Amino acid sequence: MSRLLAAMSGGVDSGVAAALMAEAGHDVTGVTLKLWCYGKSPQSPRACCTLDAIDDARSVARRMGFPHYVVEAEEVFRARVLLPFLDDYAAGRTPYPCALCNQHLKFGDLISRLALTGADALVTGHYARIERRADSTHALLRAVDGAKDQSYALALIPYDTLSRVRFPLGALRKDEVREHGRRLSLSLWDKPESMDLCFVPDGDYAGFITKSLGETRGSEPGAIEDAEGRRLGTHRGILHYTVGQRRGLGVTAGEPLYVLAINAPRNTVTVGPKAALDAPGLVTGPANWLMPAPPAPGARAQVKVRYQHAPAAARLYPSEDGTVEVRFDSPQPAITPGQLCVMYDGERVLGGATIGSALGDERDAVARAVADSARA
Amino acid sequence: MIYLDHNASTPVRPEVRDAIASCLGDLHANPSSLHREGQRARAALERARDQVAALVAARSDEVVFVSGGTEGDHQALIGAAWALEARGRRVAISRLEHHAVHGAAEVLERGGFAISHLAATHEGFVDPAEVDSLPEDTTVISLMLANNETGVIQPVAGVAERAARRGIRVHTDAVQAAGKIPIDLEALGADYTVISAHKLGGPKGVGALIVRGGAPLESLLRGSGHERGRRGGTENLPGIVGFGVAAELAARDLMAEGTRLLALRERLEAGLTAAASDVVIHGTRAPRLPNTVNASFPGARADHLLMALDARGVAVSAGAACASGAVEPSPVLTAMGIACDLAICALRFSLGHTTTVDEIDLVIPRIADAVRVARSAAGARA
Repeated sequence: MSRLLAAMSGGVDSGVAAALMAEAGHDVTGVTLKLWCYGKSPQSPRACCTLDAIDDARSVARRMGFPHYVVEAEEVFRARVLLPFLDDYAAGRTPYPCALCNQHLKFGDLISRLALTGADALVTGHYARIERRADSTHALLRAVDGAKDQSYALALIPYDTLSRVRFPLGALRKDEVREHGRRLSLSLWDKPESMDLCFVPDGDYAGFITKSLGETRGSEPGAIEDAEGRRLGTHRGILHYTVGQRRGLGVTAGEPLYVLAINAPRNTVTVGPKAALDAPGLVTGPANWLMPAPPAPGARAQVKVRYQHAPAAARLYPSEDGTVEVRFDSPQPAITPGQLCVMYDGERVLGGATIGSALGDERDAVARAVADSARA
Repeated sequence: MIYLDHNASTPVRPEVRDAIASCLGDLHANPSSLHREGQRARAALERARDQVAALVAARSDEVVFVSGGTEGDHQALIGAAWALEARGRRVAISRLEHHAVHGAAEVLERGGFAISHLAATHEGFVDPAEVDSLPEDTTVISLMLANNETGVIQPVAGVAERAARRGIRVHTDAVQAAGKIPIDLEALGADYTVISAHKLGGPKGVGALIVRGGAPLESLLRGSGHERGRRGGTENLPGIVGFGVAAELAARDLMAEGTRLLALRERLEAGLTAAASDVVIHGTRAPRLPNTVNASFPGARADHLLMALDARGVAVSAGAACASGAVEPSPVLTAMGIACDLAICALRFSLGHTTTVDEIDLVIPRIADAVRVARSAAGARA
């Protein structure tokens, strides 16, 4: 029997994960992180981290007979997730805050609280697996259910936490998880899935950033240009755009146009044909390795550049400064600064890093693509 | 589990449990019924009224049974403000009041009344001179008798004296004081006093509002003539009978228990100081309840401490919880001018009739351990 701290958002997955560990006889303490000041306004039933969600987490704990607490994490959430999220949008990047939340809140802040209850390990409802290898090292693996696999969102968690984390759902399918919820009479077993960011339940990021947070950066209209710098139209503020976006540009041309790049200092959005989105590789920010040492330069890997991306074969070239150059076997579309680049070796997550830029001189790549499409 | 949260609720005394069980088994009639069975039920009700009146040195016919502290505070403050409306539409409440009183003031505000606030000193009490500067149209002042978080006893008599000179009525929430310190309403001078059964060994869901000397009061719950027209609704007889027995026991044991608890409190405070030399105990320069210690452990957040102590078999309470249940800086400590980073590190230890010397001695090393792990949790986040 282990003493465990279970992170419970109020959703089905984390609730069932905690309940399964309690059912298996472990000494479980449930914790819900309070990330947000909720006020009294009614919330969407999809959103997690609301007052209703906290009640759902509590009811799982009551049902299974273990204690539950709400712990304040607003400061950490604000400093480590929310402000970087705003800074990224203001800088023309498209952030992936779930990875930061996992890194700093669940596998940072909460891990540091294990000693409070004398717990050996943290339990979460993520779909991923942790393997303890023969040489006592640990590896983060994809979930058995490929459709639910959340290893991408976990790629920034510190390597040394792997020995202190349990993922009870890593070998289960979603329908099996719901069935466990029903079998254990957990009231949340048929709750709807949360699809969007927990703090932007309606999916309207731009509205949330400007209206709820009062952010003014990134809202100034500016030029939409082609790759040669010719003005094609006016954008509504760069935070409304992301690389690879086609809809809502308000610019017509002979062929469909896509956002190729966002330049925050010049407040411009560069557009071009679909072919111009392809890049031969990318350069990351400082990488987090989920292995004892970084891979050797030229190591083979499969790389995901966004949550819903079929991994692409590539070679990795880690640098002294911690960044990684990723060279794809064949060019990949819409490399988006701010999104996460996650490097796999088969089932195993080698590491992850924020995407800094697409590889090569961006203007050269765009010019090449324009020339290609002109020839076509 | 060592239970040091008696200010939240204290275990029901065995004699009270017996009295409630026998009432449930035997007294099924409605106390308002005219037949003999009804008269037997009524006799039990009136006996409890005598017992409760005796605890606070009031007359029995001044006692109105209510559902607890929150209802009592609402009935007192709103009922008095309504009754005195012709004189003015303002009430004053102290910044140290329980949520129940703030809530009652909100209801009045909703109806167009103005609310003034009495400030607190750094030591956790209200200076009676504050009364002199209240606006002319003030009709009622609300000042608790003892604060639930710090245990600091408020100068209600001094406030009542100054209020009487200006023709202002006084409401006191005595929920934490009743059963812990002697209360003599004649000497205190409060017009409306509220107490609650479950803080003094009785059951939850019953309390009393004591309306002294026919002070003006409009009823909130109307439609039937229960409680001399001051509170409609069939009486919670089993709860009230239990309340009566608890009040009688509390009155009987008051002096001995007060002395015993004070010795335990001093033992706990000495132990806390030995375990954490930088501990800050709040309100020490004011008279306090013999059972309450509110202490901040700098660098150790209260939500961390509470979890850590719970895991180590010690039940305590942190200052305040928001709607989500997360711990927040206590408004009471904030009103005393305690800095936010110290207020967020405050725990309340409240002792009671089941607390023993052995428990106090056992709890000290566990607190020291909890403070250590809570500080390292905070350090890891920085």
